Amino acid sequence: MHLDEKIWLFLSFGMIMIFMIFTGYQAVALEMGPPSHKETIDPQKVDQTAPFDQPGIKQIGENEYEVVMTLQIFSFTPMDIEVPAGSTVHFTLTSKDVTHGFQVANTNINAMVMPGHIQKISQKFDKPGKYLVLCNEYCGAGHQAMSTTITVK
Amino acid sequence: MQTALKSTSIKQKTNQALGVNLEDARISKSYLAVAFIAVLLGGLLGLVQGLNRAGVLTLPAWANYYQVLTAHGLLLVVVFSAFFTIGYFYAGLSHTLGGLLPKVRKIAWVGFWTKIVGFVLVVIPVLMNEASVMYTFYPPMAAHPMFYFGLVLIVLGVWALSVGAFIQVANWRKNHKGQHLPIMAFFATGVFILLVGATAFVAVEVLFLIIPWVLGWTDGINVMLSRTLFWAFGHTAVNIWYLTAVSAWYVVIPKIIGGHRWSDLLTRMVVIPLVIMNITGGFHHQIVDPAISEGIKYMHVFMSLAIGFPSLMTAYALFRVFERTARQKGGTGLIGWFKKMPWGDVRFLSPFIAMVAFIPAGAGGIVQSTNQLDQVVHNTMWIVGHFHLTLGMSVVMTFFGISYWLIPYLSKRVLTPNMNKVGVIQAIIWTAGMVIMAISMHIAGLFGSPRRTSFTTYGDFAEQLGWNPLMAAVGIGATLLLIAVILQVYAVFNMMFFAPKGETEFPIAEEEPGAAKTPYWTERWGVWVVLMLLVISMAYVIPIVDMIVNAPPGSPPFKTW
Repeated sequence: MHLDEKIWLFLSFGMIMIFMIFTGYQAVALEMGPPSHKETIDPQKVDQTAPFDQPGIKQIGENEYEVVMTLQIFSFTPMDIEVPAGSTVHFTLTSKDVTHGFQVANTNINAMVMPGHIQKISQKFDKPGKYLVLCNEYCGAGHQAMSTTITVK
Repeated sequence: MQTALKSTSIKQKTNQALGVNLEDARISKSYLAVAFIAVLLGGLLGLVQGLNRAGVLTLPAWANYYQVLTAHGLLLVVVFSAFFTIGYFYAGLSHTLGGLLPKVRKIAWVGFWTKIVGFVLVVIPVLMNEASVMYTFYPPMAAHPMFYFGLVLIVLGVWALSVGAFIQVANWRKNHKGQHLPIMAFFATGVFILLVGATAFVAVEVLFLIIPWVLGWTDGINVMLSRTLFWAFGHTAVNIWYLTAVSAWYVVIPKIIGGHRWSDLLTRMVVIPLVIMNITGGFHHQIVDPAISEGIKYMHVFMSLAIGFPSLMTAYALFRVFERTARQKGGTGLIGWFKKMPWGDVRFLSPFIAMVAFIPAGAGGIVQSTNQLDQVVHNTMWIVGHFHLTLGMSVVMTFFGISYWLIPYLSKRVLTPNMNKVGVIQAIIWTAGMVIMAISMHIAGLFGSPRRTSFTTYGDFAEQLGWNPLMAAVGIGATLLLIAVILQVYAVFNMMFFAPKGETEFPIAEEEPGAAKTPYWTERWGVWVVLMLLVISMAYVIPIVDMIVNAPPGSPPFKTW
């Protein structure tokens, strides 16, 4: 094996390890792990099961909100949420039918939402404006219409 | 043993002297013909989607965007790639192992027709809009049962072909004790092992979870489990097509440029880890899923990134071979040797562009396998851009390059200078189309544009977020690609039936003179398969047991399109 090949392979291995270290550091120290909530729910009884029997937005602290939301073809419940700038929003999500995706453009919110499973993701909204919420997993004929907004004032 | 050795090596020599065995050629030609018809149809549907997303084309009522997208994905990822891979490796096995055994030939035909019947069963419900469920067919979306029966037959066909390849290889090894499997057959062995491993997962999903459920024998389906089983297959499948392309990069391209191949030992040491570690990569499609703990997801970052290492070895090896060959031909300077490469030869040009494309493609793959970065691009157009680079360029352009010698070799015809010119033009148009399309898709994805979504403005958000001009560029790319597809399919069928008669060689590069002998442990396939199973168990046993034990009540079937 040539010296330059050894150097190349050493750098390759090093690059992979650096990616590993950063991913681990962000997940553990900065609490930026990917959405991985593990609670389950009966997918056919979402409307009767707390907290999804009362979907909506609720203030839970200073500048802190909880949004309980269901996704179903081809809408979100509740739609058109409003929060003040600087607030942190904790989303609790589940699907009433097929697999959906929950994405908010211009933020890092991106999570799969599946029937039978409860997914959680949080985001701090600093910049005022209107944000597009969309479903990013194909869910049927009206998938392209499945969107709503979050207004930050 | 000495005489047995001699007689087979005579057989191999006659095989190489007389050119291809006609019966074996018929098998490979049939597979390749199906592959390129699939490219034509898939490309046409790709244009329809590109123009729709560009906002130029409104689809008629009888063709829904998602139906078109399902067909596009299946035709290109399942039909084209699989049929090409099988046709190519069966030709390689026939050429390097002294002709296919009669029973292997029979198995190849049984596999062919099983796959074709399976494919027809899949296509009928897709055409009837009864199966617009995409390449991933995630439950609880439920297609017509015929769709799943078709998938089962396709998998059975793949298994038949794999068994055929194993019989051929085992027979050669029995008659050549102590010898190394020829390198092309070595790659083929790895590919067929992975095909069996990957399809086993999807077979379990379809046979034990989906079919009883769509037939109404079970009430609900485990959504997470089926999705996880799918990705153990879905990701490995595309890596198998990539490994097929890699085989040509190591074995064929050095011969075409008039050089020797890279160290035999290191080549085999790229194949072995790709076989052992590949199937576990599927989990990185589930980084933002619920029901998988962060710890498991972190372990899978490592398992996915580890697959990158053999590819980085490959990058070094190939450019080293190019440099060495060009310098032997009188190339000089730090990069001046580049001028000595056969740029006008499509058999080199197309795969070369494919390799270059793998640099950004592989880098993007590493980026999106890490948890936080994946969260930014998951299910956006970025991913679509990524696999149009990896599959649409690295794999497909290599396959196209192969077709310019493989098809004349099989049909006992030659590649004429004019046809070579068609190929070069084809490669340039294809490259332009893919580059425009893939770059626009990557950027649109970073801005949040979702994948698998027909034309939509989301109010005025699409305009405001800057997606529209990028989507228009995707439409332009798709148009160029269809032009290139038509040229390619024309070239393939011309070389199969009309090109001037003559002999074309199956180009397999020799080792460097005086190269060190490869140690025999590389041939221990039994050990590699056991290691592969261990790695798979390490990756899958804990999460799958968790998904079964802690499963929510199952979901009923839905038809939402």
